Amino acid sequence: MKYVLLLMGNAGDAECGADEGPDPSEFMAFDEEINAAGIVVGGFALEGPETGVRVSTRATETIVTSGPFAEGGEFVGGSYVIEVADIDEAIAWAKKSPGSTLGHIEIRPLADY
Amino acid sequence: MVSAGTAEQLAVAQILRTIDAEDRGRLLAALATQLRDLDLAEDVLQEAMVRALETWASRGVPHNPRAWLLTVAKNQALDIIRSDAVKARRLASVPIEHQDTGGDHLDHAVRLGDELSSVNIPDERLGLFFTCSHSTLKEREKIALIMRFLAGLSTVEVAAAFLVDTRTMQQRIVRAKKRITTTGIPFGRPSTEQLRERLPGVLRVVYLIFTQGYTPTTGSAHSRTDLQEEAIALARLLVTLVPHETEARGLLSLLLLTASRAQARTDSAGVPVSLAEQDRRSWDSQLIAEGLSLALTAAGETEAGPYTVQATIAALHAEAATYSETDWEQILVLYGILSRLEPGPVVSLNRAVAMGKAKGPEAGLNALEELAAHPGLEDYRPFHIAHALTLNELGMPEQAGRAFRKALGCLGNDAESDYIETQIRDLLSGKALKRRSG
Repeated sequence: MKYVLLLMGNAGDAECGADEGPDPSEFMAFDEEINAAGIVVGGFALEGPETGVRVSTRATETIVTSGPFAEGGEFVGGSYVIEVADIDEAIAWAKKSPGSTLGHIEIRPLADY
Repeated sequence: MVSAGTAEQLAVAQILRTIDAEDRGRLLAALATQLRDLDLAEDVLQEAMVRALETWASRGVPHNPRAWLLTVAKNQALDIIRSDAVKARRLASVPIEHQDTGGDHLDHAVRLGDELSSVNIPDERLGLFFTCSHSTLKEREKIALIMRFLAGLSTVEVAAAFLVDTRTMQQRIVRAKKRITTTGIPFGRPSTEQLRERLPGVLRVVYLIFTQGYTPTTGSAHSRTDLQEEAIALARLLVTLVPHETEARGLLSLLLLTASRAQARTDSAGVPVSLAEQDRRSWDSQLIAEGLSLALTAAGETEAGPYTVQATIAALHAEAATYSETDWEQILVLYGILSRLEPGPVVSLNRAVAMGKAKGPEAGLNALEELAAHPGLEDYRPFHIAHALTLNELGMPEQAGRAFRKALGCLGNDAESDYIETQIRDLLSGKALKRRSG
């Protein structure tokens, strides 16, 4: 089964590399490990949420807004798309990710169309 | 199954009813594990039963009816999978081969059924227990799935047992099955490591089923025997599946010993009777005997955990000929162990009550009042009842009355409320309170 591991951060949390957060080298080590396991079929890393641009179309009007956005809350920092046997394996990988120590990892099964 | 038919059909229907009652869980578990799909397993087993009814009456009952059913169900499943692209993709890695039937599908299955002895039908129920209690499922979903697929109850029966309407239960089970599939919850036997890590979660579901039968938090009945019996049957099944697991035996023992007091727990009007006032002659001696022997062996094992400790406490109650002869010192020690193994407000409450019995009501009151501010106990009815009874024991009827009124304001079933109201009336009328605790 294919799952997406969404690496979630909190706007209020420490930056990656700051004192409390996991060290960037931990992310690199995890990245190496998960890639070496041969289960990664996709994924991405994102610039910070303040660089985001929002587009919404309502009726005839299109609104484009640029960050930083005032509200805090959760944001997606990056993702892995993995192909593993079942949710237990996906959970095991999420537990290993340094992203689960500061923010959290959301695991979502890829919809099968 | 059939309203009218030939003698053969009636005989076949009877055989199928027996199989359905005794082995449905086992057949379903074997199919679900191979197909990794509970829905499909249910459908094809049902279909195989229907075909059996048609076929066995005319061609005779195969030597091994269960293996026949499994084979026919499996072939049916493979036909369905072939014609369904999505299912086929999902099940691409399912390690089963179509039994090539050559000319006659069913004849072949009969032959194959003859070859397989019933011991060759793998018992996959342990794996199904683990699938149905997976941590990604909601508690009520776990309970519903286990009642449906391991206790073998119909959706209507599960709904009735939990006092919800059939439609609600049906939706809950459908949603839970869907969650297993879309989430990718694994089927199959747990590894040694998974067994150790997850057995507590499986035991907990069975325990929850029992407690829902023992003290429903809402409704009029103080005890629902059907749920208790189902939970005991499930615990018994787990003990046969993992006989070496101490905690599985500990749980069975705890449930048996608790159930042994079921008759004595309420009077003829359904009002709860405290442990102190129960007629010990109405305790079920057969359940006690079995529970005691299980507790005795489990308690001596290194893997003894919270269920075994609770079973040992229940065993000490069961062994006491009268309430006053209860070994409260030992019970206090055991609650101390339990609060280290599984700390929680209810365990602390029980320990405080045992403290009062072992060391006197002042010690008990101190222990209780230390817990008074605990957020888990503020609205917990048994806490305020215990508090009230201890206060009354110390000759403080006004404070006792206040505690009883607090108890009345907490969630609980009607029979308990009646009991509390009686106690308050007795206090107001200056009548001496009957001693009660536990």
